[in-house]
Amino acid sequence: MSSPEPHASAAPPAPGTIAVAMRGITKRFPGVLANDDVSFEVAAGEVHALLGENGAGKTTLMNILTGLYRPDEGEIEVGGKVVELASPRDAIAAGIGMVHQHFRLVDTLTVSENVVLGSRTEPFLLNRAARTREVELISEALHMPVDPDAKIWQLSVGEQQRVEIMKAVRSGSQVLILDEPTAVLTPQEARQLFRTIRVMAAEGHSVIVITHKLHEVLEVSDRVTVLRGGRSIATVGTAGATPESLAALMVGRDIDVARRRESESTIGDVVLTVEGITAAGDRGGDALKSVSLSVRAGEVLGIAGVAGNGQRELAEAVTGMRALSAGTVSVAGEPLKTGDPRAAITAGIAHVPEDRMHTGVAPSLSIASNIALKSYRTEAVGPFLRLGLIRKRAQEMIERYDVKTPGPETAARSLSGGNLQKVVLAREFSSEPRVLVAAAPTRGLDVGAIETVHGYLRQAADNRVAVLLISEDLDEVMMLSDRIVVMYEGAVAGEVDPRTATVEEIGLLMAGVTGTAAGGET
Amino acid sequence: MSLPEIRIEKRLKQRRWLMIAVPLGSLIVAHIAIAILLVATGHPPIATFRRLFDAAYIADGALTNSLIAATPLAFTGLAAAVAFRMKLFNIGAEGQLYFGAIGASGIAILLAGQSTPVLIAAMIIGGATLGAAWGAIPGLLRAFLRTNEIITSLMLNYVAALVLNYLIFDSLSYWRDTSATGLVFPQGKTLVDAATWPVLTIGSVAIPFGFLVAVAVAFVVWVLYTRTRFGFETQVIGDSPRAARYAGMRTRRKIVAIMCLSGAIAGIGGASQMGDFRHVLDARGLQQANYGYTGIVVAALARYNPFAVVFAAFLLGGLQNAGYTLQSAEFPSGLVGVMQGMILFAMLGGELLVQYRVSIHRRARQARTETGTAS
Repeated sequence: MSSPEPHASAAPPAPGTIAVAMRGITKRFPGVLANDDVSFEVAAGEVHALLGENGAGKTTLMNILTGLYRPDEGEIEVGGKVVELASPRDAIAAGIGMVHQHFRLVDTLTVSENVVLGSRTEPFLLNRAARTREVELISEALHMPVDPDAKIWQLSVGEQQRVEIMKAVRSGSQVLILDEPTAVLTPQEARQLFRTIRVMAAEGHSVIVITHKLHEVLEVSDRVTVLRGGRSIATVGTAGATPESLAALMVGRDIDVARRRESESTIGDVVLTVEGITAAGDRGGDALKSVSLSVRAGEVLGIAGVAGNGQRELAEAVTGMRALSAGTVSVAGEPLKTGDPRAAITAGIAHVPEDRMHTGVAPSLSIASNIALKSYRTEAVGPFLRLGLIRKRAQEMIERYDVKTPGPETAARSLSGGNLQKVVLAREFSSEPRVLVAAAPTRGLDVGAIETVHGYLRQAADNRVAVLLISEDLDEVMMLSDRIVVMYEGAVAGEVDPRTATVEEIGLLMAGVTGTAAGGET
Repeated sequence: MSLPEIRIEKRLKQRRWLMIAVPLGSLIVAHIAIAILLVATGHPPIATFRRLFDAAYIADGALTNSLIAATPLAFTGLAAAVAFRMKLFNIGAEGQLYFGAIGASGIAILLAGQSTPVLIAAMIIGGATLGAAWGAIPGLLRAFLRTNEIITSLMLNYVAALVLNYLIFDSLSYWRDTSATGLVFPQGKTLVDAATWPVLTIGSVAIPFGFLVAVAVAFVVWVLYTRTRFGFETQVIGDSPRAARYAGMRTRRKIVAIMCLSGAIAGIGGASQMGDFRHVLDARGLQQANYGYTGIVVAALARYNPFAVVFAAFLLGGLQNAGYTLQSAEFPSGLVGVMQGMILFAMLGGELLVQYRVSIHRRARQARTETGTAS
């Protein structure tokens, strides 16, 4: 077998031999260009960070490298040979392993059983003592203390992650991909993980770390490739990088100032007041820590921040979906009952939820039912629904908001993301709200639908609604907001004026670097 | 090398013609399988099918007997369908039916001197109330303590059976016949004649009053689910609890209400057993009948549609009734059971084809490495 001629590559030189190279990778999904001519390479013994915002295409790229998706264009080289990765098994055979954000471990089996799970070389009858010894050796070699005989459910999240890493290493992975590895870790566990990553690199493994945390990139990696909007923007050495330079690459410089909304004159009195709210997160611990903010009528307050810093919880707390442990949310001075969505609805808070398919609508029910999801209480005579009225209103909404669908009886789940979001917006605006909480309103939508949704948000503000816009898309927040509050680890990191703020300034607040003295927590 | 690959994916849209074609196809498949079984055991298949159909629907009194068998199944089927539609898996219709029977017979004994209409109303209310109370227990546990209602409602069936045994066999309770023979052979008090529910006779077919009540209940359930705010909320909660919470619906109250409704329907089934058929709190007979569990099958066959439940109960009642008739020295009851089981298995298995699309691909597996350059 002759190895094919390597194609010309535009990527910057890598230290040492190339372990993996991806060249000109393009991957399209219906309505989305997830990867657009992305190229990057990782050397043996290198720790390479893939940095980018949510939706920048990091995970798609890695799913291609692990054989889950096939690229539409481009090629992958492993160890200097072009390979075709048709399935995850091919990727494992090529020495590529991945530790996913959500672990794939069997809770009731032991650590050593999980490590050998899926291995095709095991004899029918397992040799327990040998397995235990082998796992002990791996765990010592990688400086990852784990009891090989403990059951998975007894382990902390950090320990479970170590099991995943050992599993990948034992299956012969030369290239290890870690997807958001620190998202679930305590700072101590994260430091431990970084030590392990360095040990692995020193032994000649290549480690790819997917992340959107700037200080992690600086702490652990040798080089970093920045993705934005599905394209590889740059590959730089970590040594010469600063949080500012990485933030600028990550969020882009080219924010279209001309399209920014100007609505200064119509801003009125404070409508929504959030005072010192604290709320528990899903994993325990406080996801919101004494957050205070206020939004005036006709004003758009943008909430920026890296995903997972309390934005989702803020939206849920304001709309009554999440109970508060301290503080109050009030509309026009009237405090709301905590943890009661109906109280929030009655007070005039409309909500475009982040999870539009399972929270924003009941997916198996018709569009008509979903448009009536909140108003059905008034569209009734005694206990009986006025089905004719509900249907007529649905038909009107479908026409006014230009929802592409065969009719109001169509199930909501058969709609595309953009049309589904129109249904949600139609319903929420029809209640003539005083406050609109929009969480990630354009995530996963195509360009045309994004324009439409932005138009409706602007229109809401022009109609003197107080809009709280929560988005990880910084361009969107910059474009639509009158003020921007940046959140970091469940608290307000700072407030900026979108007309004067620079991307670097916001990027640093997002990374938790406050004040002028940069330095992070390295 | 090419490997066929079978893919099963959920249908986005359920096709109407499949709703009819698949059950029919399932029946045909079941009959072919049964024919093979019959030939193997030395019985003539065609003649047996004819006898089966004859015994279920054609022979003298066959329809009447099929309706008698169908009545309790219609109630327990409706009880299951009402709860399952909201994804509340109430397996407790069995115990709720026992409690309905206890309530209905208790009130019939208490009001022994009253007229038939008063007694019928009182028995239905008594049965529904105790059935609802028994259903409320798993409902409250699920709503406020997040206990799995499958387990609690199932376990409460055994508790209900023990209560039934206690009332008749292990105590001198209000329900037990305490006359001289009743003390030697434990049994319940026989209800007064006025507590016997009427029978509607059309031609040679006698329709039990309870069956008509079941049809009325099916109609009420249909209106409730398709025409009311309560039903709308139930649909949303069943489809997406998060969306229901988002819309400000009171999920807990609905869970308790639906479990009570489900229990009440099963309880009326118990009342019908007392008024229509047994007239005695028959502890052993009720437990042997397994109405509650069979009702789950009825509900599944009917895809939780209330009118279809009544129809499915009628089909299944006919099958049970025919089973009794077929049994004889050369045709063992085990064979009858196997035949019934095969029909149900095929019908429920066919559901897969309605809800999912099965496709078979022939896919050439790509060579794993080093596909030489094409240029």
